[in-house]
Amino acid sequence: MNETAIVIDKLTKKFEDVTAVDGLSLEVEKGELFGLLGPNGAGKTTTINVLCCIFEPTSGSVSVGGYDVRREPENVKELIGVCPQDTAVFSYLTGRENIELFGNLHTMPKEKLKKNTDELLERMGLSEDAKRRVGKYSGGMRRRINLIMALVHDPEIAFLDEPTVGMDPQSRRAVWDFIKDLKKQNKTVILTTHFMEEAEELCDRVGIIDYGKLIALGAPEQLKAKFGAKNLEEVFIQLTGRRIREEL
Amino acid sequence: MNFQRVFSLVEKDLKRMIREPATLFLIILFPVILTIAFGVSFGAIGGTQSTTYQLGVVNMDIAGPYQQWSQHFIGNLTDTEILKIQDYSSNETGQADLIQGKIQALLLIPEDFGQSCDSFWNAPTDPSLWVNTTLTLYLDSGSMFATQAIPPIIQEVLVATVYGTQPVPVPRPIQIGSPSLVQASKLTAFDYMAPGIFAYSAIFLTMTVAQSFTTDRENGLLRRINTTPTTSSEFMTGQAVSNMFAALIQVALVFAMAYVVGYRPNVNAATFTLAFVIMSIFALCNVGFGLITATLAKSSGAATGLAFIFIIPQMFLGTFVGAALSPSAQAAGKFVPSYYVTDALTSLFLRGAPVSSPKILLDLLVVSISSVIALLSGILLFRKYGKT
Repeated sequence: MNETAIVIDKLTKKFEDVTAVDGLSLEVEKGELFGLLGPNGAGKTTTINVLCCIFEPTSGSVSVGGYDVRREPENVKELIGVCPQDTAVFSYLTGRENIELFGNLHTMPKEKLKKNTDELLERMGLSEDAKRRVGKYSGGMRRRINLIMALVHDPEIAFLDEPTVGMDPQSRRAVWDFIKDLKKQNKTVILTTHFMEEAEELCDRVGIIDYGKLIALGAPEQLKAKFGAKNLEEVFIQLTGRRIREEL
Repeated sequence: MNFQRVFSLVEKDLKRMIREPATLFLIILFPVILTIAFGVSFGAIGGTQSTTYQLGVVNMDIAGPYQQWSQHFIGNLTDTEILKIQDYSSNETGQADLIQGKIQALLLIPEDFGQSCDSFWNAPTDPSLWVNTTLTLYLDSGSMFATQAIPPIIQEVLVATVYGTQPVPVPRPIQIGSPSLVQASKLTAFDYMAPGIFAYSAIFLTMTVAQSFTTDRENGLLRRINTTPTTSSEFMTGQAVSNMFAALIQVALVFAMAYVVGYRPNVNAATFTLAFVIMSIFALCNVGFGLITATLAKSSGAATGLAFIFIIPQMFLGTFVGAALSPSAQAAGKFVPSYYVTDALTSLFLRGAPVSSPKILLDLLVVSISSVIALLSGILLFRKYGKT
């Protein structure tokens, strides 16, 4: 894999007459923990979906791990793990079965799959509930399983789309620790979140997008200094608050 | 194609069938309940105990040199023991009793019935020399069971009277046996219906497949699987295999239940094997219909309703229900795959046709072609319009 994990060049994605992503250009280095921030409907999830080969770009080019998402989606899918924004789990399967299903879809060897599953369940505090059907889980437990399913196959690049929404503070902290560990393992992580505290705590750099365009890019400290803000939330409000004011 | 992926998808789908109550009901409990209910209603319970129906007969072929044919026919109807024959001198008196519910059906045997039979025997290979005629059957529309059960029984007895009891896979008069050797007397109404019930239960796979796909789509699971290296062909193979497996379980269960309630077809292992093959192929057809339904439906709720676009015609035109329909509806039945499944299973289980008979093979061919078309159409439509 190249040292640059993700290259987005003038990406535009349109849905009929709606432009969700508008000429976005961005690079993410290997091993970087990159935060993609923006208000609702800014184009974050659409960007992630293009990177994950779910949507084809309308124009521009996107490469993930050196592979073009349009021409080489099979190679891209081998490298990535995706934790979707809305919990996507099979409610009639147990927690363990959900995880093992996705491990098998990534053709993991049986022993490694079991080892990874056990470790991840343990770290997320779900070992005791692993044999229960996910339909019986609480919302927070489902979100943790949702995250484990994305990471069980040890992906080089992880896309985590608002992974801590709906979690209690303890679970959120556990997930933060977990994400920090991914970085220590030199994994590339793309994180979208509405929690500015989360982005500030975890991310090496953040990109703020609005109306499908990149409006700020840099390390949290750099952005705070640049905009004279006490924290990232102030930066975010300064840059994107106008939309809410206009709508009001 | 990676078998680890396919196997894990099949395993997931089989767990869904077992663990989701609605799916479990449609795939396992519904066919079982259906078989038991029909077995009880149509006299299979107890093996020798039979439901009986009152059949009025107006025999207009009572004079002339060929009258023995109509007498044979009425005798064979009587020998079924399912039908209690009541003679009428005219259509009017019979109709009067039918309207009052004293009889459940009225059969008019035309004057040229015997002549028609005789003309066939004199020139079995030359249809141009046959005297064509039509039996008229009136049914009590207020009796659902009678309308479903009586026509196939009469049809079967008529075939046995004219052609004999040897299997007649295609019009081959050289195989015709003696008209007097009618075996129908050992059969109950349920025996005539059982082949249709096998097809009937598999038809509902359309609904379970459509619901499964739309629910997974609503929950973002199809999109999530699409972010893994799983290919469309692996995913669809998983669906096809799991649903074929479900169809086999259905047939085995229905057959077991039918056996419990007294169904005893005189068949061998080869017949059973072919029946399972036909049902497996038919399952693929319903997977295809399910995929088309899932493509059209915006939600799992809508999928349940839309599935009936495929279920109703197959159910009414192609299973045991079809025998009670009008001639035009019966002709329309030839355009639904379930008709050929029921026909093949009827030939195997009821008529005792050998597995290699051209008629069975023709049915198998039609079911196979229909299934390939339905499945490919379903896959292509779903891939293009139904995934998101």
